[in-house]
Amino acid sequence: MKAREEILSRVRSARVAAPTHPIRRDYAHTVELADPVGMFVERVEDYKATVIRTGPDGVAAAVAQSLVGARRVVVPAGFNPSWLPDGLDVVQDEPVLSSVDLNGVDAVLTSSVVGIAVTGTIVLDHTEGQGRRALTLVPDLHVCVITADQIVGDVLEAVGRLSASVMAGRPLTWVSGPSATVDIELIRVHGVHGPRTLRIVLVEPTTT
Amino acid sequence: MTDMRMIRTQTFLGIPPFPIAAKKALADSQLRGNMHHATHTIRAKRAKVTSELPDWEQLRVAGADIKDDVMANLGHYLEQLEESLTKAGATVHWARDAAEANQIVIDIARSHKVDEVVKVKSMATGEIELNVAMEEAGISVWETDLAELIVQLGHDLPSHILVPAIHRNRSEVREIFLREMGKVGMAAEPDLSDEPAELAGASRRHLREKFLRAKVAISGANFMVAETGTLVVVESEGNGRMCLTLPEVLISVVGIEKIVPTWKDLEVFAQLLVRSATGERMNPYTSMWTGVTPGDGPQEVHVVLLDNNRTTVLADEVGRQALRCIRCSACLNVCPVYERVGGHAYGSIYPGPIGAILTPMLKGVGTSKQIDALPFASSLCGVCYEVCPVRINIPEVLVHLREQVVDSHREGVPGTLLTTMKGASWLLGGGWRLGLLQKAAGLSTRVLWKNGMIGRMPRPMSRWTDARDIPAPPAESFRAWWKRTDGGRKDAASAGKTLRNGTDQK
Repeated sequence: MKAREEILSRVRSARVAAPTHPIRRDYAHTVELADPVGMFVERVEDYKATVIRTGPDGVAAAVAQSLVGARRVVVPAGFNPSWLPDGLDVVQDEPVLSSVDLNGVDAVLTSSVVGIAVTGTIVLDHTEGQGRRALTLVPDLHVCVITADQIVGDVLEAVGRLSASVMAGRPLTWVSGPSATVDIELIRVHGVHGPRTLRIVLVEPTTT
Repeated sequence: MTDMRMIRTQTFLGIPPFPIAAKKALADSQLRGNMHHATHTIRAKRAKVTSELPDWEQLRVAGADIKDDVMANLGHYLEQLEESLTKAGATVHWARDAAEANQIVIDIARSHKVDEVVKVKSMATGEIELNVAMEEAGISVWETDLAELIVQLGHDLPSHILVPAIHRNRSEVREIFLREMGKVGMAAEPDLSDEPAELAGASRRHLREKFLRAKVAISGANFMVAETGTLVVVESEGNGRMCLTLPEVLISVVGIEKIVPTWKDLEVFAQLLVRSATGERMNPYTSMWTGVTPGDGPQEVHVVLLDNNRTTVLADEVGRQALRCIRCSACLNVCPVYERVGGHAYGSIYPGPIGAILTPMLKGVGTSKQIDALPFASSLCGVCYEVCPVRINIPEVLVHLREQVVDSHREGVPGTLLTTMKGASWLLGGGWRLGLLQKAAGLSTRVLWKNGMIGRMPRPMSRWTDARDIPAPPAESFRAWWKRTDGGRKDAASAGKTLRNGTDQK
């Protein structure tokens, strides 16, 4: 423990005076959006991800449409069965798939926990229906279902909502569009190591 | 099967002092073109997305205040973090310096009998030159960020905090991939074009097999939450997620200043970092993990808390604000000096304005000519301060460090600067001496004029004029004019001339 004691002693001997004022948190604590769901869709599409908006009855069809071209689809335990289209070749993660096996799967279908309108972000806390972190990473297509009531205005609200997950020790993955890079000439290219395609199915309450 | 051939990582050792390195960089028109394009693109994006947030200035203030609180209570937060991490199943290590940190990582890798690791881009591991130490220990380190891969395969050095291969264009990248990929793993397709999308695809194929077989991964972290023990990695490509998720063992090397006190504080930094860095509203992937999650990701998690002279910076009242830095690189992208010379001239993993203050403080003022030149690699224009998301007053620290550099050279034989200053002090100390000097300057420098400017002068004045042009002195000095015209009262023609000049400027 020698290094630990020495570093802590150096820190203390730096004798940093306490700041003269408390932390100023004068930034916006709420954001009033006319149409948070509409903004969420617009911002997600800005990342070149696609969004299908549907009522509760159309989810399975929208999922089927999003999965076109994918043969084997991994679906984590706890995913809402009424959202599953008929005739899907579902791959289970029980027993746990090896990384190599997962690499042979075409797509992954999950739910999510929070959506952020201002940034077009979906957040997974990897509980029921979302699977362990590798599931939404290795396959090349990620189809994610989110319900309108999960969408919050901005980052601040999202951090508040996710607090319980973090306190419970859950890992989080914030996803804003498909994998991307700007490393060559600052030109945005979609799809490096994560899923090259992200499709979101947004479930809205049926309006009469 | 593991590729036996190893990459020899380059180091900044032997990079000449900034004025010499800058001169060479300025002569490279390809580099200047690449840098101009890149910095201007990213600058415009940042300006656009920061103006979207009406409370941007308040977020900056909060960001600075939170980090100042961390610095004022660092000992407390470090102990709290250690406790949170340990409770969450992580093993905490403390490293006083680079050698100690590198040895900790090597020992963990060896205990798992691996001869290769995958790695997420991290400034802290670049600072301690972990890759060099690992290679010397016989362990290959595969950089997985696209830009870091370009740098590593090109036997090159990073030149930007966020996009380390910013100095390379697409055709250079293509050549590097074609030539080098096959030597260390899956080769690039021979008909690879120079389209960025195709180049990214080549990197995906090349690295996929390495991700799938890796047992040990190394990362840094953008933030560590003391309250919960949560580490945060902000990235774009998914290479970070691969490293943080697939291997059995994860080692994160993180500077002790990367702490934020509470989970709630991320509401500020999650807004500040990305908009400042890439000019996006949010980056594609942010991973947050708290120690070990049973059944999900690495089941053995190590965190190496790195000092490496951060505590020395902490003790410097003016300089410690540099420890607020969240490595966004906004200051690089707006800097007129960085834009023209690129990152290599700074001779450090931390280039640009933040590098010009961080490197001398981390390595010690007075330790080399290269270090001592850095605080002078700035015009003090102050744009870096304006864009900094945590309000680091970089010009203030630069001036503070210049003072330290000058002080550290007071002993022994006086240098050109000191001699010149002493001479100036004598000359300016008496009116008649100054008048004489001005007269002499007005005549003698005329031979050196070019377009009304004085360019290069012979030694020892070349130390100043090599990097700067001076407006040529007027034929008549103000003092001489005043004397001749009694402040303009005696000579109507002269007064008229002044007036005419005044109207001309309208």
